Amino acid sequence: MGEENKYILEVKDLHTSFFTENGEVQAVNGISFTLEQGKTLGIVGESGSGKSVTAYSIMQILAETGKITGGEVRFHGEDITKWNRLQMQKFRGEKCSIIFQDPMTSLNPVFTVGSQLMEAILLHTDKDKKQARERAIEILTLVGVNEPESRLKQYPHELSGGMRQRVMIAMALVCEPDILIADEPTTALDVTIQAQILELMQELQKKLGMAIIMVTHDLGVIASMCDEILVMYGGRVCERGTADDIFYAPAHEYTKGLLRSIPKADNMNEKLVPIGGTPINLLQMPAGCAFCPRCDAAMKICLREKPEELRVSDTHLASCWMNIKELYKAQEGERS
Amino acid sequence: MSENEKYLLKVNHLKQYFPVRQGFKTIPLKAVDDISFAVKPGETLGLVGESGCGKTTVGRTLLRLYQPTAGRIEFDGEVLFDSGEQYDEKGKIVLGADGKPVIGTKVDVNMLPYRKQMQMVFQDPYSSLNPRMTVEDIIGEPLDVHGLYSNRNERREKILGLMELVGLNAEHAMRYAHEFSGGQRQRIGIARALAVNPKFIVCDEPVSALDVSIQAQVVNMFEELQEKLGVAYLFIAHDLLIVHHISDRIAVMYLGKMMELADADELNANPMHPYTLSLLSAVPIPDPETARKSKRIILEGDVPSPLKMPTGCPFRTRCQYATEQCAAEMPQLTDRGNGHMVACWNK
Repeated sequence: MGEENKYILEVKDLHTSFFTENGEVQAVNGISFTLEQGKTLGIVGESGSGKSVTAYSIMQILAETGKITGGEVRFHGEDITKWNRLQMQKFRGEKCSIIFQDPMTSLNPVFTVGSQLMEAILLHTDKDKKQARERAIEILTLVGVNEPESRLKQYPHELSGGMRQRVMIAMALVCEPDILIADEPTTALDVTIQAQILELMQELQKKLGMAIIMVTHDLGVIASMCDEILVMYGGRVCERGTADDIFYAPAHEYTKGLLRSIPKADNMNEKLVPIGGTPINLLQMPAGCAFCPRCDAAMKICLREKPEELRVSDTHLASCWMNIKELYKAQEGERS
Repeated sequence: MSENEKYLLKVNHLKQYFPVRQGFKTIPLKAVDDISFAVKPGETLGLVGESGCGKTTVGRTLLRLYQPTAGRIEFDGEVLFDSGEQYDEKGKIVLGADGKPVIGTKVDVNMLPYRKQMQMVFQDPYSSLNPRMTVEDIIGEPLDVHGLYSNRNERREKILGLMELVGLNAEHAMRYAHEFSGGQRQRIGIARALAVNPKFIVCDEPVSALDVSIQAQVVNMFEELQEKLGVAYLFIAHDLLIVHHISDRIAVMYLGKMMELADADELNANPMHPYTLSLLSAVPIPDPETARKSKRIILEGDVPSPLKMPTGCPFRTRCQYATEQCAAEMPQLTDRGNGHMVACWNK
């Protein structure tokens, strides 16, 4: 047990499906990861890769058609997928909270900022209204909202995008959760405001010591923020490792392709190398590796069988048959 | 006029104001305020800035989708619009004896023949294609409008040629827009823009709605088409890395004003305007080593409302170098060597 308690959150072989008219869509297909106290985990992938669904599955806030069909989500060793509604209500907000992508639509337009912030405090703590108000002012000051007292009386539409996202963060942090899930927290914001928000999140993490799960499609955001990175494609993890592993020694063909296709300092005046084909249709998943229809290096086995996760180094794992092929080659080379 | 021949498009002191009603008063929202730049034939000029800075308005005003408030637009040696104001060397309006601006000849041409030479690719490939038209009709519509074919067969041949050019198959011609993915839809939009064989295309955030792995496909296609057809782009985007990659020169806008204009590599290596500096430092670089080393310059506060524009330089409220002079007067865009233009008093 001593070993296990190091992890604040453990996700084991998580499966989430959506049951639609056209059949079952396996949005998350066997994902496992662990999260340590005070660390940042980045989940990166394109739209439809299942990164947001993973986050929603942890919080159990899936749409009505969505269901966790298998696997475990362990919070401090306890499987929360077995918890009832009341237990989950306490979990959300107190232990784990989420910031959504679009601060325009995730705040309620008909309530003031103050009443939305105080709602969370009144629900989760035994503070009375006056104390809740004080706490709301305190938390708004913490996230860098100026004139917090007058902001409490304002409605979301009176605030700018950056301010709204600060209010969202304040709302998420008001009960000092152990885990903060940020689902594309800066995608709707301009770069200079994005820099403000990322800086704020790092600062708050240092101050409050929470763990962050950062869900994004922006490789730039991931590179500067995360201790560990999961690269997702077609509902599966294709590669995981530290930022240095992923960016300097990518071991999965998808990650390699992704890094070649974005402009960086060293390829500014060269042609980009795009990944061919179109993103995967989750209704027509191939039997083998999800990426193989778009992969230049695909072999016969890629079509037939799912690759196992292979350890590339201490911190670095990848699910790609290419690595296994190379491993065999190396072993045969040793023998002869 | 030998200098003008070098340029395909020349814009002088362009202003685009929108009337906004506030209570009983109507006040102008200065979306684009006194902007001058030029585009050479076959080059890509990148236009960057935060949302609400007026970059899309510039693109639309150039194509005369809006009626400009003032200024002069010159395309391929012909004046398309001129409101008649004269400007002296310092960029100030020349006033007559009665204190009113001297108005020269006004020009306002019918744009229809020029639409063949200037086209636009829109940001959102989901809403810029008519869902009730087939791909053939979408791409064929500009041909219909300008009467660019003599019979049905020629029309069809032209359309299939365009589809091949942007990497679509002939069997896609009879399908509707909703049957395509985002990247393919953007290809349809580009084929439609190319149908009339334009010399200049305004690309308004053409890749920002696409997935990362698809963006590179479309960016490459823009570059290949430019090599093949020699078309010039005004490439509007907020992703600075993409803009740096595709552009020959980059212009930076803030609150309707042009802050800096320089060669793409020069701007990234040696940004001069404090706003450009902070904008570049805020871009998350997809490289952990650089990300660890670099220090973000965090700007305080938000962009001011364009209805309550600060006096003088609009950036001064967030600028660490701001002085009294910045509050008094907007600096002009001046050349600091090698065509690196900056509008700042202190740099």
